[in-house]
Amino acid sequence: MSDLPPTPGQTVGPFFHDALPWTGDAALVPPGRADAVRLHGVVRDGAGDPVPDALVELWQAGQDGRVVQRPGSLHRDGHTFTGFGRCATDRAGSYSFTTVLPGAHAEGAAPFVSLTVFARGLLHRLLTRAYLPVGLGGTAEALAADPLLAGLDPGRRATLVCEVDDDGGGAGGQALRRDLVLQGPGETVWLTYPRLPHGG
Amino acid sequence: MTETTQAEISAEIEAEAQAYAARPAGAPAETTTRRGWGAYRSSVLRVPSNDPHPVDPEGVELWAPCFGQRDVDPLEADLTIQGRGEPLGERIVVTGRVLDGDGRPVRGQLVEVWQANASGRYVHQRDQHPAPLDPHFTGTGRCLTDDDGTYRFTTVKPGPYPWRNHRNAWRPAHVHFSLFGTDFTQRLVTQMYFPGDPLMGLDPIATAVVDPAARARMVATYDHDLTEPEWATGYRWDVVLTGSHRTPREDDLAAALGEEA
Repeated sequence: MSDLPPTPGQTVGPFFHDALPWTGDAALVPPGRADAVRLHGVVRDGAGDPVPDALVELWQAGQDGRVVQRPGSLHRDGHTFTGFGRCATDRAGSYSFTTVLPGAHAEGAAPFVSLTVFARGLLHRLLTRAYLPVGLGGTAEALAADPLLAGLDPGRRATLVCEVDDDGGGAGGQALRRDLVLQGPGETVWLTYPRLPHGG
Repeated sequence: MTETTQAEISAEIEAEAQAYAARPAGAPAETTTRRGWGAYRSSVLRVPSNDPHPVDPEGVELWAPCFGQRDVDPLEADLTIQGRGEPLGERIVVTGRVLDGDGRPVRGQLVEVWQANASGRYVHQRDQHPAPLDPHFTGTGRCLTDDDGTYRFTTVKPGPYPWRNHRNAWRPAHVHFSLFGTDFTQRLVTQMYFPGDPLMGLDPIATAVVDPAARARMVATYDHDLTEPEWATGYRWDVVLTGSHRTPREDDLAAALGEEA
C-alpha cells in the first residue's frame, strides 16, 4: 500500500490556551459521580522541571471496554460519556482528568487509556498509553500478558502503568497517577504505530 | 553570554539541509518533521531521548473521538464576526480537504484553528509583543469537515511576529491547525504557512521539516477561484493525515460500538 505523503506536524506553540481548552474539557464525567476516578500527574522535561505549557489529551473506551462514538465532548451535558478529554497543564505542570475506569477491549486484555501530549518545544505530538494498575481496574495476569509491556525492560515498562495514590478525594480517595516525562531519567515510553512516518 | 544570531541559526539550518541533500542515493526522502532540531532551542530539553517504541494499535487507538453539531456552532468557522465590528487586516478564506493516507476524505471531523491578528499579536496573556490587540479579533475558530472532507474558515491574514529563540527571530505568518482523523494515531497539530513568505527559510520551526517537498506541504496556495469579489482573497490548503489502521465498514462500526450506538 502506497501512502500519500502526510502533512508534517508542527509545534502547538505557547499560545493555544484561548483555542484548544474549553470549559469542562478535563471532566469526562462529573467529579461527584460515584464511579468517577481521577487520573492525574505532572509533565516533566529533561531537567526534571515541570512543563507548565503542555496540553494532554485522553481518549478511552467506556466501562464496558467498548469504544464510544458519541458527540458532545465540547458541550458536556453531564450524562453523556464521550471518552475524550483535554487538559492544559497548570503552573506546576500538573494535569488532572475526571473519568471512569475503561474496560478491557478484548477478553483478557489489559485496560489502558490513550494519551497524547503537545507542548512548545515538541515539534510533533507524542503518543503513549496509561495502563490501569492492579487494584484499580487492572490485573496482574492481564498486565503480564500484554504484548507491549512484555517487550520492555521492567524500568521502562513501569512508565506505562499508572500508580495508585490517595489524591482522589471522595469516599475511597484513590486516584490514578501517571507522570509524563518527556526526556531523560524515567522518560515515558512514547509510542509509534505502523503507517506513521519516522518520528511517530 | 551573547545571544545567538540569525546568521548562526541559519548556518545550523543550512548544514542540516546540505547533509540531507547529500544523503546516499536511494535513501528515502523524509516525509515529516525532525523530532530533534537544535535550532529550535525550546526543543532541547523537551524532545524524548529515545526513539518512539513501535506497537500495533489496539482498541481505542483504532478509533478517534466523535464530534457533531452539539459540539460546534457553524458560526465558529468565521473568525471575523466574533467582535462587534470587522477586524483589521486582509480578510481571507482558507479552505481545503482533510484526507487520510489512502486519500479518503475525513468526514464530519473537528478542525480547530488559532492565529495571531493582522499585526502579529495573539490575545494570549503571555504574548508581550508590543503590537496592537484587535478588539474585534480573538483568532480562534472551529468547524466540522463536510462529507467531502472539506473545512472552510473566514479570517484575516495573520502577521509575522518576533520570538525569543535567538536575536531578531521572527515567525513566518501562520495559522495553527489541530486535526483528528478516524484513528487516534492520526492526531495532528500543525501550522499552515502562506506562499512566498521570506521568513520561512529563516524559521527554526518550519525548517525542522528538512525535505523541501515535505515543507511545501505546509504552505497554502493562493487560489483566485476562491477569492470573492469585493470581499476576501482565497487560500487553499489540503491536509493529509497518516494512514488509517482499519477499513471503515458498517458492520465493523456496529461490532465495535455495540447495539446502543
